[in-house]
Amino acid sequence: MDLTSLLAALIVLSAAAYFLGLKKSQTIASNGGGITSLHSLPSYYGTMVATWCLLPALLLLAIWQFSEQDILQNMTLDSAIISDVSEDEVQRGLLINTIENIASGALSTDNPEHAAAAEYLGEIRSSSQSWRNLLVLAIAFLGSFIAWLQVRADKRARNHVETILRFALIGCSLVAIFTTLGILLSVLFEASRFFQQVPFFDFVLGLHWSPQTPIRADQVGASGSFGAIPLFLGTMQISFMAMCVAVPIGLFSAIYLSEYAGPQLRNTAKPLLEILAGIPTVVYGFFAALTVAPAIRDWGQALGLTTSSESALAAGAVMGIMIIPFVSSLSDDVINAVPQSLRDGSYGLGATKSETIRKVVIPAALPGIVGGVLLAVSRAIGETMIVVMAAGLAANLTMNPLESVTTVTVQIVTLLVGDQEFDSPKTLAAFALGLMLFLVTLLLNAIALWVVNRYREQYD
Amino acid sequence: MTRENDLSIADRVNDSLQRRYRAEARFQWYGRIAIFLGLAAVFLLFADITAKGYKAFVHTQIQLEINFDTLEMGLPANPTADDMRRADFDRVLQLAIYDRFPDVSGRNDRRTLRSLVSSGSVYQLQSVLEANPELADTTQRVWLIADDEVDVFNKGYISREVPEAQRRFKDIQIGWLDDLEAQDEIRVVFNKTFFANGDSRDPEQAGILGAAMGSFLTMLVTLLLAVPLGVGAAIYLEEFAPKNRLTQFIELNINNLAAVPSIIFGLLGLAIFINFFGLPRSAPLVGGLVLALMTLPTIIIAGRSALKSVPPSIREAALGVGASHTQTILHHVLPLAMPGMLTGSIIGMAKALGETAPLLMIGMVAFIVDVPGTITDSSTVLPVQIYLWADSPERAFLEKTSGATLVLLAFLITMNGLAVTLRRKLERRW
Repeated sequence: MDLTSLLAALIVLSAAAYFLGLKKSQTIASNGGGITSLHSLPSYYGTMVATWCLLPALLLLAIWQFSEQDILQNMTLDSAIISDVSEDEVQRGLLINTIENIASGALSTDNPEHAAAAEYLGEIRSSSQSWRNLLVLAIAFLGSFIAWLQVRADKRARNHVETILRFALIGCSLVAIFTTLGILLSVLFEASRFFQQVPFFDFVLGLHWSPQTPIRADQVGASGSFGAIPLFLGTMQISFMAMCVAVPIGLFSAIYLSEYAGPQLRNTAKPLLEILAGIPTVVYGFFAALTVAPAIRDWGQALGLTTSSESALAAGAVMGIMIIPFVSSLSDDVINAVPQSLRDGSYGLGATKSETIRKVVIPAALPGIVGGVLLAVSRAIGETMIVVMAAGLAANLTMNPLESVTTVTVQIVTLLVGDQEFDSPKTLAAFALGLMLFLVTLLLNAIALWVVNRYREQYD
Repeated sequence: MTRENDLSIADRVNDSLQRRYRAEARFQWYGRIAIFLGLAAVFLLFADITAKGYKAFVHTQIQLEINFDTLEMGLPANPTADDMRRADFDRVLQLAIYDRFPDVSGRNDRRTLRSLVSSGSVYQLQSVLEANPELADTTQRVWLIADDEVDVFNKGYISREVPEAQRRFKDIQIGWLDDLEAQDEIRVVFNKTFFANGDSRDPEQAGILGAAMGSFLTMLVTLLLAVPLGVGAAIYLEEFAPKNRLTQFIELNINNLAAVPSIIFGLLGLAIFINFFGLPRSAPLVGGLVLALMTLPTIIIAGRSALKSVPPSIREAALGVGASHTQTILHHVLPLAMPGMLTGSIIGMAKALGETAPLLMIGMVAFIVDVPGTITDSSTVLPVQIYLWADSPERAFLEKTSGATLVLLAFLITMNGLAVTLRRKLERRW
C-alpha cells in the first residue's frame, strides 16, 4: 500500500468514524428523551470522533515520512554489508547515493557489496512501509475508538471540536511568522557562511564583481572577487530609470483620472491601465529583450551612439511601464482621500483647478504619494525577470544608460541556476545578495507603510 | 492704499489670467498625455506579442507519398511494438522525398532536401502505421510536419527579396517549395503539435503541453495549500484573535511578506525545502509550496477585508438565536464573505500562475521533454517555458515564445475576468 492509498484509507476510515460517532449520539438521544438531552448536536459528536481518527494518524505519518529516509540509509551503512564505510559525511553521502541509484535500477553495478546493500535497503524500505501502514492505521483505529467511547450525553463535543478548530486556525496564522522566519534563517545562515570566506566590507564596498572562484590557483581569469558596488549601482540605475517612467505617467494619469476625467473615461481607462499590473513579469522581460532593446539599439546607432543591445535603458523603461499601475492606483487612493473642503477653500480664493491641485491637493497628499513611490522603488529593486532577460551579466561600473549593467537579482539568478555546490563562495554569494535585497526592501516597505499610515490618520 | 495701486492689482490679475489659463490647459494636457502613454504601452505590448505569436497556432505541413515498404523498413509480418520501434522509418521517408524530387542529386542537396520535413516525422509515420497496421506495403499520401526553417519561410518571415547569401533558406529550397505549392502538396493548418507536445530542441516539434501540465500541477499544490491556510488565517485574525502582541506581530509579518520580492521566496524554497527537507528539485511540489507561501498574504488580506464587510447585524442575529461564536462565523459570516475570499484567491492564483523568478531558484528551468504526471516529476511551468524559449537562438522559437505568451495571457485574463464577474454577481451591498 503506497502513500496515496494509505491517505485514501485514512479518509475512508475518518468518514466511517464520523458516522459511528453520529449514530452513537443519535442512539443515546433516542434512548434518553430526544435530541435535547445531548449537550451538542449529533454532527459534533461525529466530527469529534473523525478528528481523533485523523489527527494522531496524520501526525505519526508526517513524522515517519520525515525521518524514514535518514534512518534507513544509516541502517544500510551501519549494517556492515559494506566492509569499509568511512566516517566522512561526504563519502557516506556519495556511497548512499550510489546504493540508492542501484536500488532504484538507475545504475547497474559490478560491486557485490553494493548490490547486497541495495537489496538490503530495498528490503528494509518495504518492511518500513508495511510497519508504517500498520501503525498509522492502528493509531487511527485507536484514536477513533477512544473518542467513540467518549461519546456520552454530557460530553461537551461542540466545545471540544471548536477548541481544536481554533488551534488549527492559529496554526494557519502562524504560517506567516514561520515563512518570515524561514526566509530570515535561510538567507542569514548561508550569508554568514559567505562572510566567513569573504570579508563583509570587501563585499559591500568592493568595486569589482567577478564571482568565478578559481579551481586551480593558476587559472586564467580566476579572480573571484565579490565587490558588490557595481551591482548596487546597476540596480539603482535601472530602478531610477523605471521611476523616471512610472512616476510622471502614473501620477499624472491618477491626477487626471480622479480630478478631471468624466466617469466614462475613468471607467474605461482605469481598468485598461490596471491590465498592466496583471501581466506576468516574464512577458515584460520578453517584450524588453526582443522588442524594446533592439529598437533602442537601432535608434542609438542611427544617432551615432554606441549602444549595447542589453542597455540599461530598455530594462528600466519596460520596468517603468510595469510599475505605472502600481504608482497610479496608490496615488489615486491618496488623492481621493484629500477632503473636498480643502479643494473648495482653494476654489473660493479664485484658484484655477490646476493651481488647486498643484498647491493644495498634491502637498496634502504628498506623504501618501511618497510612501507609494517608495513601495514602487522596492518593487523595482526586487524585480527579477525583466532584468534577467533584458539587462546584461557584465558588472560594469558605469552611469551611461546605453551601456549594459547588471543587478542584484540578475546575479542571484545567474549564480543559482544550474548545478551548484553549497560550499563555494560563488553559490553563497547569491544568499548574501539575497540578504541585502531582503533588508533593503524591508526597510523601504517599513518606511513607506509608516509614512502612509501617518498620513492616513491626518484627515480621518 | 491709493487708487493707482488698486488698479494695478486688478490689472495684474487680468494680465495674469491668460497665463494662468494657459497653465491650466497645459496641466490638463500633461494628464491626457500620461494616460495616452500608459494606454499606448498596453496596446503596444499586446499588439507586439499578438503580431509575433498568432502564427504559432498554425504550422506548415508537406504531403508526401509514403510507401510503407516492410522490406525497406526491416519490419517482419505481424510486427510487435518492439519491431515497430526498431523499424527504419527514416529509410521510407528518405525514399519518398527522393521520389518526389527525382532531379535532385548530390549529397549536399539531398541532405537539404531531406530536411524539408521535420526530423520528428519518423515518429509520426510510426504512429500512423501502428494505428493502421493494414497500411503496411501500401502507398499512402501523408501530411508531414515541415521543418522549422521551411515553416518560417512559408509564413513569410523571410522575404524572397533578400539576397541569397544573407538568408539561411536557399533558392533551391524555395524552388522545391514552389513546386510543392503548385501541386497543392504544402499547406498551413492548425498546429496541434503546439498543444500536444512537450518541449523539444526542434522548434517544429516543441509544444506547451508539458509546461501547461507543470503549471497545472504547481497551481494544484498552491491552491490546496494557500487557500485553506489563507482563509483559516484570515478567519482567525479577523474573528478570533485577541488584540495582543502576537496578533500584531503576525499582522506585521503578513504585510511585510506581501512586499518581499518574489525571488526571495525562491531562496527560501532552495534553502529550506530542497536543501534542508530534501524534497526533489524541479518538482511541482516544491514550486507549489513556494508559490503558496508567496500568495498567502494576498489571500489573507483579501479574506480579511471580505470578512470585515459582513455587517455586524448578521453576527448579532446569529448570536441572538443561540449560535456559538464559532457557529456564527462558520454558518453565517463565512458563507457571506465567500465571494470576496474567492475573488481574492483567484487573483492570488493568477499572480502565482504568472510567477517565474522563484521557480528559477528551485530548478524548474531544466529542459524537460516528458509531460509530467505527478507532483514529484521534474517539470517546468508556462512562464519558465517562455523564458527558456526566449533565450533560444532559432528564429522559429520567437514565434513559439509569443504563442506561449498568448496562451498564458489568455489564462490570466480568463482568471481575472472570472474574479471580476464573480465579484459583480455575488457581491452584496449591505
